[in-house]
Amino acid sequence: MSHLAVAAEPRTSTGLHSRKLAFWAFLGSECLFFGSLISTYLVYKGKSLVGPYPGHILNIPFTSVSTFVLLMSSLTMVLALAGIQRGRMGQFRVWIAATALLGMTFLTGQVIEFSSFVREGLTLQGNLFGATFFVLTGFHGAHVSAGVVWLWSLFAASFGGRVKPENALDVEIAGLYWHFVDVVWIAIFTLVYLIQ
Amino acid sequence: MTTAAAALPAREAGPTGLWSWAATVDHKRIAVLYYFTAFAFFLLGGVEALIIRLQLAGPGRHVVSAQAYNQLFTMHGTTMIFLALMPLSASFFNFVVPLQVGARDVAFPRLNAFSYWVFLFGGLFLNLSFVAGGAPAAGWFGYANLTSGQYSPGHGIDFWALGLLTLGVSSLAAAFNFIVTIVNLRAPGMSLMRLPVFSWMTLVTSFLIILAFPIITVALILLMFDRMAGTHFFVPAAGADPVLWQHLFWLFGHPEVYILILPAMGIISEVLPTFARRPLFGYPFVVYSGIFIAFLAFGVWSHHMFSVGLGPVADSFFALSTMLIAVPTGVKIFNWIATLWGGSIRFTAAMKFALGFIAMFIIGGLSGVMHASPPADLQQTDTYFVVAHFHYVLFGGTLLGLFAGMYYWFPKATGRFMDERLGSWHFWLTLVGMNLTFFPMHFLGLLGMPRRVYTYAGDLGFNTMNLVCTVGAFVIAVSTLVFVANLFRSLRAGRPAPPDPWGGGTLEWSIPSPPPEYNFAAIPEVRGRDPLWLEQRSGPAERRGARGLRPDAHIHVPAPTGLPMLAALGVALVPAGLIFGLWLSAIGAAVMLFGIYRWAFTPI
Repeated sequence: MSHLAVAAEPRTSTGLHSRKLAFWAFLGSECLFFGSLISTYLVYKGKSLVGPYPGHILNIPFTSVSTFVLLMSSLTMVLALAGIQRGRMGQFRVWIAATALLGMTFLTGQVIEFSSFVREGLTLQGNLFGATFFVLTGFHGAHVSAGVVWLWSLFAASFGGRVKPENALDVEIAGLYWHFVDVVWIAIFTLVYLIQ
Repeated sequence: MTTAAAALPAREAGPTGLWSWAATVDHKRIAVLYYFTAFAFFLLGGVEALIIRLQLAGPGRHVVSAQAYNQLFTMHGTTMIFLALMPLSASFFNFVVPLQVGARDVAFPRLNAFSYWVFLFGGLFLNLSFVAGGAPAAGWFGYANLTSGQYSPGHGIDFWALGLLTLGVSSLAAAFNFIVTIVNLRAPGMSLMRLPVFSWMTLVTSFLIILAFPIITVALILLMFDRMAGTHFFVPAAGADPVLWQHLFWLFGHPEVYILILPAMGIISEVLPTFARRPLFGYPFVVYSGIFIAFLAFGVWSHHMFSVGLGPVADSFFALSTMLIAVPTGVKIFNWIATLWGGSIRFTAAMKFALGFIAMFIIGGLSGVMHASPPADLQQTDTYFVVAHFHYVLFGGTLLGLFAGMYYWFPKATGRFMDERLGSWHFWLTLVGMNLTFFPMHFLGLLGMPRRVYTYAGDLGFNTMNLVCTVGAFVIAVSTLVFVANLFRSLRAGRPAPPDPWGGGTLEWSIPSPPPEYNFAAIPEVRGRDPLWLEQRSGPAERRGARGLRPDAHIHVPAPTGLPMLAALGVALVPAGLIFGLWLSAIGAAVMLFGIYRWAFTPI
C-alpha cells in the first residue's frame, strides 16, 4: 500500500507519512495518560479504608471473556486493513463492521460489569478502589467508544466513496488507535484483575 | 523569484479583513495571532504583578484584600506561564520553524489554526473567572487539598482546572504538529545535524510537551472528579495521599520549566552567531545538551518536594539528578560564550537581550543549584528566595530570550526594522528594572519572608527591600511601554528591511521580508549548517545549492477555512458546560463533532 500513500502525498524527509508520524506521537502521549491513571490505581491499591475490595468483587472469568473479545477485534482490524489495501472493499466492510461489533460487545460487557459492581456497593465515591477503578477503566471504555464511532464512520464513508483503497492510510491509522487501545487493556487486565 | 510571483497571482496580495485572520491556516499569520494574543495576556499578567507589588510596597498595606491577593498571585503565575510565555514561544515556533527547515507551511496547517483558537478560548475562559464568581486562589500549582471543595468553594478552581485542561489540548496539538514538521518536512539535504538550533529546541520542547501534558491532564481530571463527582482522590480522611497531587503535578511541572526555557535557549543560539558573525561554537554539544536536559527533566521532579519528607534515599537521588542538570546547562553557556570569543560583535537590541539572557540566566541557574541541596532547600523553600530564583530564569531567561527573538525576526515578519534606539532603552530599563525587582528577593527570602502571604509586619527588616522591589516592578512596566511604543511605531513606519537584514546564516533569510505566503518559490537544497554562510564562502558553482533553484511551477497553498475555529469553540464549550450547565457541554460536543467531521472530509 505504501506506493499509494506516497503517490497521494508530497515527499517527506523520513519517507514516513506525516499523518502516521503524528499519530505515533499521539499514541506516545496517550501512553503517559494511561500510565498516570494506572500509576494512580497502583499507588492507591490496598489503601481503601472500607470495602468492597478488589478480591471480593472482580469477576475474572467474565472479564477474561470480554478481554478475549477485544483481542479478537485486533485480528479483525488487521483483516479489514488487509482488505482495503488489496482493494477488496467487501472484505474491508465485513471486517471493519466485525471489529466495531466486537468493540461494542466489549463495551456491553463493561456496562454489565459496572452495573453489577454498583449493585454490590462499589461506587466512585465509596472508596479509593472504586474511584481509581472506575476512572481508569472508564477512560479506557471511553477510548473504545471513540474507536467504535471512528470504525463505523469509516464503514459508512466507504459507501459514499470517501474511504477507498487510495486512502487505506485512514484505515491504517484507525487500526493503530484500535490496537493501542487493546494493548492498554492488556496492561489494565493484568495489573488490575490478574495481579491482585 | 519574479516568475514564481507571477505564476501565483490570486493569494500573493495577502487577503485582508477580519475573516482572513479568523480563517487563516498560514503559519506566519497564525504566529502573528499567537503573538498579539499572548502579548495581551502578558500585559494582563504584568498588571496583576504590579498590583501585587503595590500591596507589598510597605508593611500592613491594604491595596487589595488577602483573598484578592491570593487570586492575583495565582492568576499572575498561571497567566504568565500558560498564556504568555508558552504561547509567545509558540508564536516563534510558528513563524520561524517552517522557514528554517525550508518548508511551505507546518505539516498540518488546519490543526495549527485549531491550536491557536483553543489557546485563545481557553485563555479567555480562565480569565472569565474574575467576573464569574472569583478567580482561582490556590497558587499556580494548586496543591491538594487546598483545592478541594471544602477549602476552595466557588468555581475559581474549576475555572483553573478546566482552563488548563483546555490549554493542554492546544499545546498537545501544536506539539504533534511541530514534531512532524521538523522530522518530516525538512528541505532536501537538511539532516538533523544541520537543523538550526532553534528548530532543534522546538523539537525537544514538543517532545517534552507531549510527554508532560498527559500527566497534568490526569491530575486535573482526578481533581475535577473530587470536586464535581464526590470522589476522594486527594482526601486524606478516605485513605488518600495529597502528595500524589504533588508527584503528578511536578512530573509535569518540572518538564514544563524546560518547555519554557529551551525555546529561549534556541533563540539565543540563533541570535548570538548572527551578531558575532561566527557559527555557533560546538553545535553538537549545544544540541545534545538540550536533549540531555529534556531527558533529565523527567528525573528531577521531587526537588520541588524536599519539604514533604520523602526520606533520605529519595532526597539524595533527586538532589544528585538536579545537580546533574547543571552540567548540560553549563555546557550550553560555555558554548555561547565561546561563540562570542573572537567574533565581530554588533550590539543590536537583539544581541543585547541575548547577552542579558546569558548573564541573568547564570544567576537564576546558580540559585537553582542551591535549591538542589535538600538542607539548603529546606531553608529556602516557600520563601522569596525561590521567587527570586524562578524570576531570574523565567524573566531573566525566557523573557529576555523571547525579546531577543522579537527584535531579531521582526524585520523578517514585517519587512521593517524595529527602532534600535528605543530597543536599547527597552533593554537597559528591563535589565535595571528586573534586577531591582528580583535581586532583593534573594535577601528577603533568606531573611525568612514567606511567599504567597499578602502582607508583612513592619519590624522584620523587610520594608526597604520590598519598596525597592516595587520600584523595580514599575521600571519594568515603563520598559514594557517603551517596547509597545516601539512595536507599533515600527509596524507603521519602521525603516524598510531587506531579505537578509542581519547577515544571518539560516534559510529564513534567503527569502523576501515579509515572506510570500508560500515561503519558498523553490524548495532549497541544503549542503551544510548555516547554508547561507556556506553559500557566501563558496563559489558561484555552489551558489545554486541553497538558492536560485528553478521555481516550482505549481505551489499548493491550503485554502482558508473557519472549521478549525469552530471545532476549537466546541472544545472550549465542553468544559465550560461543567460550570455553566451541561446543556452547554452538549452544544459544545455537537459543535466539536460537526467541526471535526467537516474538517476530516474537506480536502486541504
